[in-house]
Amino acid sequence: MKHQYLKNVSTLKLKSDQCTGCGRCMEVCPHNVFLMEEKKSVIVDKDRCMECGACVKNCPFDALEVKQGVGCAYAIIMGWLTGTEPSCDCSDNSSGSCC
Amino acid sequence: MQISSRELKIIQTSTQLTFSDIFGSWKARWGINRMNFKVEPGLYSVGNPGSSSPVLVTANYKMSFDSLRKELNELDAWILVLDTKGINVWCAAGKGTFGTKELINRIAIVQLEKVVSHKTIIIPQLGAPGISAHEVSKFSGFKVLYGPVKAKDVKEFIKAGMKASAEMRTVRFSIYDRLVLTPVDLVGTFRFSLMIFGILFLLNLLGFGPFGFVDFYAYMGAVLAGCVLTPVLLPWIPGRAFAWKGWLVGLIWAAFVNVFNGWTAVPLYSVLRALGYLLVLPSVSAYYAMNFTGSSTFTSFSGVLKEMRIAVPAIVISIFLGIVLILVNSFIKL
Repeated sequence: MKHQYLKNVSTLKLKSDQCTGCGRCMEVCPHNVFLMEEKKSVIVDKDRCMECGACVKNCPFDALEVKQGVGCAYAIIMGWLTGTEPSCDCSDNSSGSCC
Repeated sequence: MQISSRELKIIQTSTQLTFSDIFGSWKARWGINRMNFKVEPGLYSVGNPGSSSPVLVTANYKMSFDSLRKELNELDAWILVLDTKGINVWCAAGKGTFGTKELINRIAIVQLEKVVSHKTIIIPQLGAPGISAHEVSKFSGFKVLYGPVKAKDVKEFIKAGMKASAEMRTVRFSIYDRLVLTPVDLVGTFRFSLMIFGILFLLNLLGFGPFGFVDFYAYMGAVLAGCVLTPVLLPWIPGRAFAWKGWLVGLIWAAFVNVFNGWTAVPLYSVLRALGYLLVLPSVSAYYAMNFTGSSTFTSFSGVLKEMRIAVPAIVISIFLGIVLILVNSFIKL
């Protein structure tokens, strides 16, 4: 069965005029968000995006934008408590759930 | 002028996992020694690799390293292990420790250009959030090929001429994948649960009780509902937010606890206490289910933040009200 998360939340943006159709984003995306249409990348299903940032990091033409972050409630709670950016740092002690 | 050259350091490894490798992975799944389950970063060889053999990159979390090398039998290959502080590829890529800088440095440290004659390295696809392929080739001269998501597909990927099928590129999150992640979460709750039992024990001593066996298994059931049952049944539970899914499962559990204890037939089992359970237990499950977002493979930061803005206040208020009701109920009975 397919997993589905919240709709209309991803911050992913594609600047089509900067895209050269190299296909790197398609290659690295773990959730098949992109598709090639007329030699340009298009976002086919933004709701599948988990904001991992792989496409942005690997786009040689800066055509992609996303607020990269961890989709981890524990990290966000720790971020709130310590006043820092949420990160996958729960691994520093034995408790905690992510990674 | 004398040019000093560093010695090449290559560590021989095998594709066979020993009992202690497998036992180590099992322990890590239960949170035992998980943060110190590492291998030394550097260049490893499996089989009898030569200058044209493929170079596969991985993290120095031992479970990552082991799951790669065990798939390489009958293959001659190099494994380049990055220093990710003992964190797996995907999480380390998100943090940036499985990153462009570390990769470029590690290529230089092991003097990869002296070991192989070709100029390609294979990075697991899930390392991509940390690696900028075009920058790696700019600074190191090595071209990055993104391999499959799963190590078990590496062989096929190489056989197919370094081509990954769409199937190999997609992340799955099967019922088994989810199940093996639950023990760590469960173990993580123990410390907090012991604190709660301590408080209940003190309340008993102070005469606010009696909190007894029913409270104990009601709570433990709610923890299991959130930490194990919700993750396992994840795609079949209606709704999208994890906290909501956990709340639903917890609600069923709370109803079960109440009915099992004879609510509405037994007059001693008061409405206040039943309502208290209905407020507390589903919220406990919701909280733990919400934390499973960090273990899942498809939740986004923006999404989790959105669900938490509603779920966290709702959970806090609901648990608070529930506890007040249960305490008031204990008072009445005194």
